[in-house]
Amino acid sequence: MRVQGKGLIDRDRPVSFTFDGVGYSGYQGDTLASALLANEVRLVGRSFKYHRPRGILTAGSEEPNALVTVGRDGRQDPNVRATVQEIYEGMAARSQNRWPSLSFDLMAVNDLAAPFLGAGFYYKTFMWPRSFWEKLYEPVIRRAAGLGALSGQDNSDRYERAFAFCDLLVIGAGPAGLMAALVAGRAGADVILADEDARMGGRLLAETYEIDGKPGAVWAEEALAELRGMENVRLMTRTTVAGAYDQGTYAALERVSHHRADRGAGAPLECFWRIVARRAVLAAGALERPIAFADNDRPGIMTAGAVRAYLNRWGVSPGRAVTVFGNNDDAHRTVRDLLAAGVHVAALIDSRHDATRLDGVRMIRGGQVCGSGGRQGLERITVRHPGGEERIATDCLAMSGGWNPSLHLTCHMNGRPEWRRDIAAFVPVAGMVPGLRAAGACNGAFSTMACLREGAEAASEALNALGIKADQGTLPRAEETPCVLEPLWAVPGRGRAWLDFQNDVTVKDVKQAAVENFRSVEHMKRYTTQGMATDQGKNSNVAALAVLADATGRGIPETGTTTFRPPYSPIAIAALGAGGEGKGFQPERFTTSHAATLSRGAPMIEAGLWYRPSYFPQAGETDWQQSCDREVGYVRNAVGVADVSTLGKIDIQGADAARLLDFVYTNMFSTLKVGRVRYGLMLREDGHVMDDGTTARLGEDHYLMTTTTAAAGQVMAHLEFVTQGLHPEWDVSICSVTEQWAQFAVAGPRARELLNGLLDTPVDPADWPFMSCGAVSVLGGGGRLFRISFSGEEGYEIAVPARYGASLFDLLVRRAEALGGGAYGMEALNVLRIEKGFITHAEIHGRVTAYDIGMGGMVSAKKDCIGKTMAQRPGLEEPGRERLVGLKPIAAEGKLLAGAHLYRQEDAARCEHDQGYVTSVCHSPVLGRMIGLGFLADGPERIGEIVKMVDGLRGVTTYCEVVSPVFYDPEGGRMRG
Amino acid sequence: MDRLFAKTPCAGQLPLSIGGMTVSEVELGPMTALSPRKGQGAALAGALGAAHGLDWPGAGRATAAGDARAIWFGHDSVLLTGAAPDAALAGPGVLVDQSDAWTVVRLDGTGAEAVLARLVPVDLRAPGFGTGATARCRIGHMAGSVTRLETGGFLLMVFRSMAQTLLHDLKSAMEAVAARG
Repeated sequence: MRVQGKGLIDRDRPVSFTFDGVGYSGYQGDTLASALLANEVRLVGRSFKYHRPRGILTAGSEEPNALVTVGRDGRQDPNVRATVQEIYEGMAARSQNRWPSLSFDLMAVNDLAAPFLGAGFYYKTFMWPRSFWEKLYEPVIRRAAGLGALSGQDNSDRYERAFAFCDLLVIGAGPAGLMAALVAGRAGADVILADEDARMGGRLLAETYEIDGKPGAVWAEEALAELRGMENVRLMTRTTVAGAYDQGTYAALERVSHHRADRGAGAPLECFWRIVARRAVLAAGALERPIAFADNDRPGIMTAGAVRAYLNRWGVSPGRAVTVFGNNDDAHRTVRDLLAAGVHVAALIDSRHDATRLDGVRMIRGGQVCGSGGRQGLERITVRHPGGEERIATDCLAMSGGWNPSLHLTCHMNGRPEWRRDIAAFVPVAGMVPGLRAAGACNGAFSTMACLREGAEAASEALNALGIKADQGTLPRAEETPCVLEPLWAVPGRGRAWLDFQNDVTVKDVKQAAVENFRSVEHMKRYTTQGMATDQGKNSNVAALAVLADATGRGIPETGTTTFRPPYSPIAIAALGAGGEGKGFQPERFTTSHAATLSRGAPMIEAGLWYRPSYFPQAGETDWQQSCDREVGYVRNAVGVADVSTLGKIDIQGADAARLLDFVYTNMFSTLKVGRVRYGLMLREDGHVMDDGTTARLGEDHYLMTTTTAAAGQVMAHLEFVTQGLHPEWDVSICSVTEQWAQFAVAGPRARELLNGLLDTPVDPADWPFMSCGAVSVLGGGGRLFRISFSGEEGYEIAVPARYGASLFDLLVRRAEALGGGAYGMEALNVLRIEKGFITHAEIHGRVTAYDIGMGGMVSAKKDCIGKTMAQRPGLEEPGRERLVGLKPIAAEGKLLAGAHLYRQEDAARCEHDQGYVTSVCHSPVLGRMIGLGFLADGPERIGEIVKMVDGLRGVTTYCEVVSPVFYDPEGGRMRG
Repeated sequence: MDRLFAKTPCAGQLPLSIGGMTVSEVELGPMTALSPRKGQGAALAGALGAAHGLDWPGAGRATAAGDARAIWFGHDSVLLTGAAPDAALAGPGVLVDQSDAWTVVRLDGTGAEAVLARLVPVDLRAPGFGTGATARCRIGHMAGSVTRLETGGFLLMVFRSMAQTLLHDLKSAMEAVAARG
């Protein structure tokens, strides 16, 4: 029911929206909750386990009941708290966890079975038979119990993440937060003031307090106006600071577009902030506690503070005849505010026999509400008082069991709060989060004056620590009412009294946990599921542990709290992973020939972050194998061109460059002549092969190392480790030049002919023997030439500065085509190297030694190198190790499959008979059949033996001969020319 | 007669303007990584000053003289841009040509800092990160370099091969900032 003359809503701007398909009207400034209450909609959801009808309990982000789904398809957003969601024109919200409809929910049958569904029910019931759990019990339980659901479609909303930095982060913009921000802002500090609400002011918007003789909301607006005028202050509304982390880092979620009908192109729905603050003030306020009594979950029963918030901020009375039930003076304010607004108050029930009298209302002192009635909404309550029991007709009950400081953030680094008996609440202990100080209600200071004072003090203290001079000035005047209360957690009596509304945990459940010896608060929580819902026990935690304390005969401080962990309120995974979807997943690295490659229709494959062509299809070719065979033919018979720029290139210079290489490679590089290239093998410290590649000596103390594409980063990091950590005294500099040079392999019998058309000085084989290198002039520009081969043919790699890469690739391919060759891709490159028995990371996969790949002889006996000692460990050199061999099917059409395992002919394909595995396979155009590389126990000693390859997954068995890994031109005559 | 044509990493794709912010490609001319040989730090700094009029930048700093710039690029590493390195540097220093290794763009406009706040996990507020400040840091998922220019804009560098990802990330962030108004 809307109340005239009240509220901070804009009554000139009506807003239409729907809930479960029914159209309603609210005003700009309404939340979904306030608008529904204004339209006298009380039933908004069904409870998690028993599907009990539920209404709105609170007016803030702690709301456990009023969860709805907003949006459809890719934009479907479940579990939106109606108390947080602002309405906008055309908004469509739906209730959730009900079937077929909210008012008639068949799942409510669970409620009838409630006597069987108490604490530990699942643990006790679904033990047997074991196999039923996964197939039957869990799916059924999951269907009945639950929250809202995602649509199953890709999320089409945009999310973003961002970083912010400040001197002082103020969390919460109530009186304490505003005061802290004012003091810090006036002192010139860089301030971020973050508040989860759409409108700053905190409780000042919800109460009728005055500050300096002005209504609290007016004072808050003036303070905000002043803060807005400061360049050094940043106001972040709709921003929940959700976690406190090391070194002043705070996680925060900003709801950017949830309140907008038109989100605008590129606008994110949410932004996940990492805020790094030198100091922080927590001014998060407090949350009101419900009181547990029988059937206290009926729609229409809500916290007293929420009733005042709806009345004062949104001009809504949640009922026409309101009753108030509390154990403290603060609850009396509810009666005063309602009466002042002309709302009928049926009664004020105060559990204290000595409570201060309040005029103008029927007051029941020493009374307790012990039951409620009404179908799908509150119609009456039962009150037990010194005079007996009576029923009171009412459609809204405002209850208050006192307030819990919102100290959650202070516990995020494992600090434990302490119990304060006078306010019957936990409060933070100073220093729980370094650099953060709690102020105001979250620190247990509940009066407006105390909030203002603590806010100012906290800011001054923070600025002082930062060396910024601050002047607190004179504090505004405000009420300083003491907090007077007498603890009341649960009203004794029959029936189910709810503690955790969201997870359907009752007083009886907690007591049952204690009876079954789950007496630790952490055990009770897990046994009953109290506090494990999306509200994380904000509404139920303290009351539940008070009941547990009572049941176990301990005090509340001894019982302690469960651990508060981030996030303070739920955060969508989409926000945490913002920017990581689609192209944002990882960088894409493109070679200079990328565009030309795409234009030739080549399918690309990913090699690390790089994109490389798989093959270059031509008209008439129907599958990749045809293209691949053709490209292999280019290299074997004419000339092929491939972009090899993705291989890591590391420039190594200095007087100790040779020493570094001798130390990281197994073989010797100090003896390499200038202008020559050598193949090298690199081990990890544990003695296994890390990487291989060629290194060229460009000058006396200047080398150029080549790594594989996949391990370029790892090798660079390894060299950094060696030069910075192991031998910082060496005179050597390393620098990646991978990106500086575009490099192309030119291989085949006509490779030299092709190059000679581009080089200003033709290649003379006498000057350019196999494994030579040097500077060349390419069409008038500087370049480098390396005579190396990964194909077994006469091969060269030509490098030019990357700006010329695209242009050179174009020329090379065109000229190769004129010579009967052309571009080749990774498939052909792979065939060429397997035919030659050259290894890649398919073979050096991290678990093999130099011995295993037949390169034991490359570990120089004349010097030490990284990994040498560890490679000599007993297990790494013993007979029986799986070592590199070639594999050739007996039958010409026999299939080889990478990943398949090897067995003796006579053995069954079982684990205990395993003899090895296949790492690389291809169809060899030269041999006219498939060939492969693999590892076989004592492989090199078994050349000529027939073994059985079995691929259990694909159901293929092939008998193959064990052969040398070098299938093609074993003498290397073609390569050396 | 065939010849080789040069192409920049972002050729044909920049400048890009969204909501008062502009990304444009920068051609800094020669870029050379300088590292002192063992014990030659002072000598290399001296040679840099004598030959190019540039102070050797300390960690997190960039110095400029005319078109030439010396950008701190990591431990014992400075990137000399805008001038071919004088031969005198080669005595005390190790020189490595990096002219083609980097995608270099500048980001200008009032929202530039807000855009970078979405990509760079470093405090870029002035005066702490004022003119002459530089950082080697992440730009999105990429290892990059961020330098505040005299004009107030930022110079951004990532590997040449990652140009497309840089443009994608900048465009997304610029759109998000612009959409907030």
